[in-house]
Amino acid sequence: MNHTLVALVEDKPGVLNRVASLFRRRAFNIESLTVGHTDRKGISRMTVVVTSSETDAERVTSHLHKLINVIAVTDLAEAPAVMRDLAMIKVTALPTRRSEIMQLVDVFRARIVDVANDSLIIEITGNEEKIESFVDVLRPFGILEMVRTGIVAMARGSSLIPGSNGNGNGNGNGNGNGGH
Amino acid sequence: MERTGAQIIWECLVHEGVQTVFGYPGGAIMPAYDALLDYPIHHVLVRHEQGAAHMADGYARVSGRVGVAIATSGPGATNLVTGIATAMMDSSPIVCITGQVNSKLIGYDAFQEVDITGITLPITKHNYLVTDVRELTHVLREAFYIARSGRRGPVLVDIAKDVQQALLRDWEYDDRPIQMTGYRPDKSPLTADLQRAAGMIHEAKRPVILAGQGVLLSGAMEELREFAEKTQTPVAMTLLGIGCFPASHPLNLGMMGMHGEAWVNNAIQQSDLLLAMGMRFDDRVTGKLETYATQARKIHFEIDPSEVNKNVRVDSALIGNLRDTLGKLSAHIEACDHADWNDQITDMKGDSAVRDILNLPDNGHLYAAHVLNDLHRHTHGEAVVVSDVGQNQMWAAQYYKHDQPYTYITTGGLGTMGFALPAAIGAKFARPEANVWAIVGDGGFQMTQSELSTAAQEGIKVNIAIINNGYLGMVRQWQEFFFDKRYSATPLRNPDFVKLAEAHSLTGIRVTKRSEVETAVNQAETAEGTVIVEFCVEKEDSVYPMVPNGADLQNMIQRPVRAQEER
Ligand SMILES: Cc1ncc(C[n+]2csc(CCOP(=O)(O)OP(=O)(O)O)c2C)c(N)n1
Ligand SMILES: [Mg+2]
Repeated sequence: MNHTLVALVEDKPGVLNRVASLFRRRAFNIESLTVGHTDRKGISRMTVVVTSSETDAERVTSHLHKLINVIAVTDLAEAPAVMRDLAMIKVTALPTRRSEIMQLVDVFRARIVDVANDSLIIEITGNEEKIESFVDVLRPFGILEMVRTGIVAMARGSSLIPGSNGNGNGNGNGNGNGGH
Repeated sequence: MERTGAQIIWECLVHEGVQTVFGYPGGAIMPAYDALLDYPIHHVLVRHEQGAAHMADGYARVSGRVGVAIATSGPGATNLVTGIATAMMDSSPIVCITGQVNSKLIGYDAFQEVDITGITLPITKHNYLVTDVRELTHVLREAFYIARSGRRGPVLVDIAKDVQQALLRDWEYDDRPIQMTGYRPDKSPLTADLQRAAGMIHEAKRPVILAGQGVLLSGAMEELREFAEKTQTPVAMTLLGIGCFPASHPLNLGMMGMHGEAWVNNAIQQSDLLLAMGMRFDDRVTGKLETYATQARKIHFEIDPSEVNKNVRVDSALIGNLRDTLGKLSAHIEACDHADWNDQITDMKGDSAVRDILNLPDNGHLYAAHVLNDLHRHTHGEAVVVSDVGQNQMWAAQYYKHDQPYTYITTGGLGTMGFALPAAIGAKFARPEANVWAIVGDGGFQMTQSELSTAAQEGIKVNIAIINNGYLGMVRQWQEFFFDKRYSATPLRNPDFVKLAEAHSLTGIRVTKRSEVETAVNQAETAEGTVIVEFCVEKEDSVYPMVPNGADLQNMIQRPVRAQEER
């Protein structure tokens, strides 16, 4: 089973390196890691997916907490969450088979974002299984190229992650190394 | 006020209360060295930057204050690495300041450019690269704060040369409280957890306290003693815990682990409750994990959550500063009586005293155990002992008994040969009134012996006991036990250590018989300046007892009684 962790980190040079170095140093196996801005200046958000059979999510969490530039870490296994991955798939699409592909795109609620003479680029968002089964049905047509963003995730309901509720109160209680 | 970056470095250090720094100059740190002359800080010129880091470390360990090491960019910075890793493994608070090439040149392989923040990422608690002089003050303040708070550790601050040269026209020292959103070192256990732990303590029939360096780092010696006495719980110490509980206390068991006494390890194996206080279940302490204290419930008193359930799964974790935790716990603790259990442990001692080399008839040979035992006697157990690595370290731990905290300093986690001499020099600067003895092997001494010049130049007094067995003794011992006595690369042909002392205009004394030990110790202590006493000990003696690497803790190799009779 996969475990999804969300970390809020200071947006400073070298922070990604610190996180990556920690994972390497402690031999944590990472399924995916994504980083992006948050609504608050100076704070980025990382989504880390680890395979829990190989890597103890609790260890990852406690070591992430120790990094000075990491503000908060939440384990999304503790609450229901929405997980999304985005993929762009370039697939061979000769005129004779194009409508077949477009039907599949409809069924999967994907979108065609580029059309060329003999290929299409399709964008699909969803959880991992949905994307994987979409890739499977496209494979017979000939996949030319594919890119995925890796999982981003958010807990349902009111915010689980201290300090990320957008009220700008960075020093609200409970952020920092709490939760242990 | 108007201040350059170089001046700001020293202004900040003065504000931190720093009086002594250990370092070595070079191109990228020259502006800082120039400014140093105008500040009331004593700079100790080392002979190798590794020595600077170990001195800062030794200074920190005996005083609890942050030690400071300074080096230039490139090779100066990389020479610090072993010392930083040593401090990291043992949670020792040091701040290392390195010069870096001009910020415009960073990334272009400039002369003596090295990515020292990259290199030290996994061996520092945190590190900084400063390329803007306006950040320098708060970075230095954070560095000291991080080094000494929470679980302590080394912090490195790499400062570009142009930052040192830059001028700030309106600089003021910022003494507002430090605010770091990502760093909250002050954790404390929940009352419910304390109550649950108290319940386990009251139920226990065969409890043992495992006291580690956390007791010393948090200053919980009094709290530990009160707890142990109230609950009548025997106390075993880790190597780095030595001194945290008086050796002469009736509840003291002594050192646990690979070279602990057999009854100490057996008590742990038979215990039904382990109270791990400020220790981290290192493999040298547990032996084989699968068979470690299987009957015992475990309560882990620990400041660092990432240590909990790392090697040994525990039943309860009390996260926080140990001293505070013990203070809070005491309200929930009732007096216990474990007379049966303590008697049982006394019985476990069995014939171990008979096997102890101290109790064997004098056969004219000089054993390291004699040296340490006699040194303890003649220094009235009051010396600050700084040991190196190897057999000498274990003999020091076994035979020099410490009643006072912060008097046994050694490199536990990294086991860095060459630590003792520079760390002893650092310790002497932190506690000039103390009688400092470095205990070092003939191998390890030669790794940092150049610091003898530092001691001579500074005119300070440390007493150096070289335990000369003509071997890389601990490795030789493993070769004897586990590699068919094939002595690969362990015999040493040594310099004349007495002449080496004399070459530095220092006193050198050689001891070859047990009867000479006392005179030599007295002579060393009364001589002016640093002294080398070379103890030429039995060459192929081994440290007993011993748990072979990865074996069950109760399966110890004992000193053979027979071997002594043969001699
Ligand atoms: C820097 C370093 N290199 C190698 C080792 C491995 N090692 C551990 S003990 C030891 C032998 C030490 O010999 P010596 O200093 O003479 O001390 P003795 O064991 O003889 O007392 C060695 C080589 C080490 N701990 N540190
Ligand atoms: Mg030796």
